[in-house]
Amino acid sequence: MNILVCVKRVPDPAENEIEINRDGSDIEREDLVYSVNEWDNYAVEEAIQIRDKVGGKVTVVTVGDEDSEEVLRREMAMGADEGLLLTDDAFEGTDGRGIAAILKAAVQKGDYDLILTGAQADGAAAQIGGMLAAMLDLPYASLVNSLEILDDKTLKVGREIEGGNQEMNEISLPCVLSIQSGINEPRYVGIRGIRKVASVEIPELAASDLGLSEDQVGASAAKVQRADYFLPEMGEGAEILEGDAEEVAEKLVEMLKAKGGIK
Amino acid sequence: MSQQIFVYIEHHGGVADDSTLEMISAAKKIDPQAKITALVFGSGSELDQVCQSAAATYPEVWKVDSADLSYPNAEIIRGMLCNLLPQGSLCLVPHDTFGMDLAPGLSIKLDASYVADVVDIEGVEGSTLKTVRQEFGGQVHAHVNCDISSGAVITVRPGTFQPDESRSAGGQVTDKSSEAGQVQAKRKFLEVVEAEIGEVDITKEDVLVSIGRGIEDEENLEIAQELAEAMGGVVSCSRPVVDAKWMEKSRQVGTSGKTVKPKVYLAMGISGSFQHMGGVKGNPFIVAVNKNPKAPIFQVGSAMRRISTFRERAWAYCSGVIHPRSCICRST
Repeated sequence: MNILVCVKRVPDPAENEIEINRDGSDIEREDLVYSVNEWDNYAVEEAIQIRDKVGGKVTVVTVGDEDSEEVLRREMAMGADEGLLLTDDAFEGTDGRGIAAILKAAVQKGDYDLILTGAQADGAAAQIGGMLAAMLDLPYASLVNSLEILDDKTLKVGREIEGGNQEMNEISLPCVLSIQSGINEPRYVGIRGIRKVASVEIPELAASDLGLSEDQVGASAAKVQRADYFLPEMGEGAEILEGDAEEVAEKLVEMLKAKGGIK
Repeated sequence: MSQQIFVYIEHHGGVADDSTLEMISAAKKIDPQAKITALVFGSGSELDQVCQSAAATYPEVWKVDSADLSYPNAEIIRGMLCNLLPQGSLCLVPHDTFGMDLAPGLSIKLDASYVADVVDIEGVEGSTLKTVRQEFGGQVHAHVNCDISSGAVITVRPGTFQPDESRSAGGQVTDKSSEAGQVQAKRKFLEVVEAEIGEVDITKEDVLVSIGRGIEDEENLEIAQELAEAMGGVVSCSRPVVDAKWMEKSRQVGTSGKTVKPKVYLAMGISGSFQHMGGVKGNPFIVAVNKNPKAPIFQVGSAMRRISTFRERAWAYCSGVIHPRSCICRST
């Protein structure tokens, strides 16, 4: 099975406190630690497991600048066979729909049976997989947390729905799935693994290679644009405990006793 | 604004989802004068019950009755919506597991703009809809502008808009089943597998010591368990802890886990995403311990830094486990 996994380089939520820059036009990116979007690791792991079971090839693709190559290498160190970097200055400011259009163009240059994305990334829109599927006229399932190959034309997928329940579906191939965390345990990538793929050539495709015009990508084509970032007002009604640690601890314990938290 | 606004109504077992009352408030923030139409898809007598209840809130209800919709299949519903909705419509959908399945693809098929997971709407200027979203796990908010000149699909975060309880619309129900047509799908619904209850039922506990990724190591689970025991409660957790297989799914609090109603909720190393806090109901006393003072959980209260030692034995654990630069807060 030929599998394409769409990944993204994002600020690592575990490593960063996100700050807004002075005019609110962006977050402070100076000292940010970047990594691959957490959900994408689950998608790549799932792809590798499928390939190891039934054969085929796993390709990881991303839309981004030169720095994004590092996340492709990381996923190749996990076990993906090939990387593909979609990069062009013209992609700057592209909205979700535009990103899906870029990916669609890349998909059409290949021959894929299965396309995976993470359930969401740093923007938390959870939109790319569904858009890409609709653009390609392929069936789609979001939030997939179990996957079983029934035959060479059909998958059985579980979707995570509310309340911890799971919605089971049959879906025909080729299809697009967005992968929810927890579907597997992504393998550890060591330094040695990264070194092994350090010199592998990663092909790059620009807007012209993909047959994309200016009215499809970039800020001018974006119908959805972020005006600025801001911080919400803090919630009201909170009680702030002040004093040194001993005093605060004492007050908190008293409060907890009053609320039934310590019996 | 001349565009028609539609709201997709979710329902389960003949009962309209809570989002039904919230979504009309969101729609009125787009245009207070608009005639807002509820879209109710389903089958049989349950569908009629939902239509009646939606008509109390919405002046117009479009009903689509089809045996194929006894369970909501997003692919079929998308096709029907494309047959039904006039060009340039605005369509609001709850941002939940169904909305995420339906809405992005719907926007492509309608050739409409798409904004996901909106938490506020500031109105329309010309052909620009001004919305508010959250990014980076809720650490920052963003004003997001959307060109609605050729229509838009907007998903709305449940629980963020004030529910409209007036129920005075006296709306008309119109059967649109034949216009919606027959739609074939390449995805077939099989069944819903219900979540397991597990050994401990966290939904019935008064005191929960809830742990998140911030406890850093599986070994620290033991300390949380001792703390919970000392407090007369049990340990629950957030999603990453289940993903890491440190605890059973039945211990997970949140929209994709259990909804709990404790008296005291001690959140240790939990940032407090809306998906997590969506599972914490009943207005408990919340104590949050977290190394990041910007964690969203502190939006329900204010932060206080540097808790290092606690007098009670139980509290000695928190400070040790989490971080020397911990924070603590409570909501009232």
